[in-house]
Amino acid sequence: MGFKRALIGAGIVVSGSVAGSLAEELTIATVNNSDMIIMQKLSSHWEAETGHTLNWSVLEENVLRQRVTTDIATKGGAFDIITIGAYEAPIWGAQGWLNSLDDFGDSYDYDDIFETVRNGLSADGALYAVPFYAESSFTFYRKDIFEAAGIELGDEQMTYDEFKDIVAMVHDPDNGVYGTCQRGKAGWGENMAFVGPLVNAFGGRWFDLDWNPQLTSEAWVNALNYYVDLMHSYGPPGASANGHNENRALFADGKCATWVDATSAAGYIFNPNESSVADKTDFTQAPKQVTDKGTGWFWAWALAVPASSTKVDASKSFLAWATSKEYVELVGESEGWVAAPPGTRKSTYANANYMSAAPFAETVQNSILAANPADATLEPVPYTGVQFVAIPEFQGIGNYVGQQVAAALANQQTVMEALENSQAFAEREMRKAGYIQ
Amino acid sequence: MAREVSKRRKAITTAAAGCVGFLMFFPILWIAILSLKSEGDAIRGPLEILSSNWTLESYGAVQERSNYLKHFTNSVAISFGSTFLGMLVAIPAAWAMAFVPGRRTKDVLMWMLSTKMLPPVGVLIPLYLIFRDTGLLDTRTGLVLVMMLINLPIMVWMLYTYFKEVPGEILEAARMDGATLRKELFYVLTPMALPGMASTVLLVIILAWNEAFWTLNLTAVKAAPLTAFIASYSSPEGLFYAKLSAASIVAIAPILLLGWISQKQLVRGLTFGAVK
Repeated sequence: MGFKRALIGAGIVVSGSVAGSLAEELTIATVNNSDMIIMQKLSSHWEAETGHTLNWSVLEENVLRQRVTTDIATKGGAFDIITIGAYEAPIWGAQGWLNSLDDFGDSYDYDDIFETVRNGLSADGALYAVPFYAESSFTFYRKDIFEAAGIELGDEQMTYDEFKDIVAMVHDPDNGVYGTCQRGKAGWGENMAFVGPLVNAFGGRWFDLDWNPQLTSEAWVNALNYYVDLMHSYGPPGASANGHNENRALFADGKCATWVDATSAAGYIFNPNESSVADKTDFTQAPKQVTDKGTGWFWAWALAVPASSTKVDASKSFLAWATSKEYVELVGESEGWVAAPPGTRKSTYANANYMSAAPFAETVQNSILAANPADATLEPVPYTGVQFVAIPEFQGIGNYVGQQVAAALANQQTVMEALENSQAFAEREMRKAGYIQ
Repeated sequence: MAREVSKRRKAITTAAAGCVGFLMFFPILWIAILSLKSEGDAIRGPLEILSSNWTLESYGAVQERSNYLKHFTNSVAISFGSTFLGMLVAIPAAWAMAFVPGRRTKDVLMWMLSTKMLPPVGVLIPLYLIFRDTGLLDTRTGLVLVMMLINLPIMVWMLYTYFKEVPGEILEAARMDGATLRKELFYVLTPMALPGMASTVLLVIILAWNEAFWTLNLTAVKAAPLTAFIASYSSPEGLFYAKLSAASIVAIAPILLLGWISQKQLVRGLTFGAVK
């Protein structure tokens, strides 16, 4: 208890460097996930020490995105603190919609945050959001099934062709185990989160240096044919309706032999109370193909202060506390080390408690360090982002392409039709936005 | 003379109606079942779900994490407030259109209905800016006004239809007996159109209670009703099916209860004037 109090105190000292003197009532908009629920629970420590209070608006990710975009674009000022992702932070920061967060002081230890993560949340050299947790993607696999099939994975990153051969060997639907489960549900944050890095691995890119869409290029055709064939041959039935949650449930229930998805799911898969394969799962990097660039995605949930907030000092004080080293330790001590926010700080991975509680920690760290949003494609591109393109138009384009890909997976159209439709849509949107003539 | 219905035919019709009723109720039943399971069990196959242990833990978690009473109070204030305000406008409007129609009455009615055809997102930004500038963002007053305005066409149309069923001669007789407009409305028209008015009120309360676009977009914390309460348990990343189901059940329970208690009135009102 004494140690816990010391941690809280240390966190408050950090946040105190940017705290205002008057008690403020802050409104925070956030997503609904287990890390944020812990933050909501522990925030009473910060409230007690600073005298400020927090009002929580917890919303589903897509609802939150729409709600916060409306407010921030109109300078509505409904929120003092918002939760945004690695896609929004650089775009909104460059638009002048967010306060820069470079002034938390030395005690905050900016250098402890992974450079990849810091860069992903910055624009024009200024940090516009501070990371709460970060993730990449890697391959979960059933080591018991692999052992039974005589498959041994080396340290070398396998190719997607090798991955497919392995999947074929472990595919056993008669016994309720499908070779692979991958995202099929349409959406730029759903199926395209898997397809984007897959296309990168096949040497593809969304746009060339002049912003011309490249969705009918050979790399896209090869990648999408591979994806559709893989899922038709070795995926579970109805895969086009499966998103992250559905696949996570299938894998945890022992129905999938392999799954390439978010590193943040590891905590759940390795929790024996929630997963029936906790002691039978191992992990390795996401596969490569013609290149190993951009094969694992990069995503971070981060906290930011809108330019329209009138309580900037108090808001920054909370951000400094909730994303500090001391907060990570507080979560580890009070909620268990496996629940500590992953992927943001070097100190988390230097902590022996965390490393022993989370067997996946080192692979997660390597995946996040390997993900480079500024250099994620084989050929040069004018954008940043691994599984997304950091331009405002991408949300619409990504969702449309996601729908076309899902339709191809559901056999409602061919891969070529899906890509031609996507190309036409992307060209229209990019022309409308003035990127191309 | 009423047509004779055989027992067999009656049994088939009853069974078919029962099946349709069960199909319509099944989603709510399934949500109720999921709400009584652990998160781990809620994602299993249907048979495994039914045979797994029953628990109230999701209700406990929802109660612990959210302030249900605050959301409930907001929902009551917004739905009842907007309906009351709407009726104050809709009754005189429908009376005028039903009993003193002008040349453009039909056009006005159609125009009112056409506003319901506009996609709400089309007016989101202008309305948001108006709310921002008038300080109505995240206030019950703002939501009451919006709900009243979006449901007004339905209220006027329904009341207009009910009022048209009331013989004009009765109102004329009341006027000849010296009734003022207020007395005519309160003591003659209202008792005769009461079933219709009651069903209008009930339907509009239900619509306002369930409305999710405006209530999510124009509120943050203070005025957030039960729709925001439900939305806070939805997530594309993480398992919240049981908690989401529990939140849905406690959110729809009051309106379900209201509908159940008043179903006779509702059906009577909705079929009012259907048999000529």
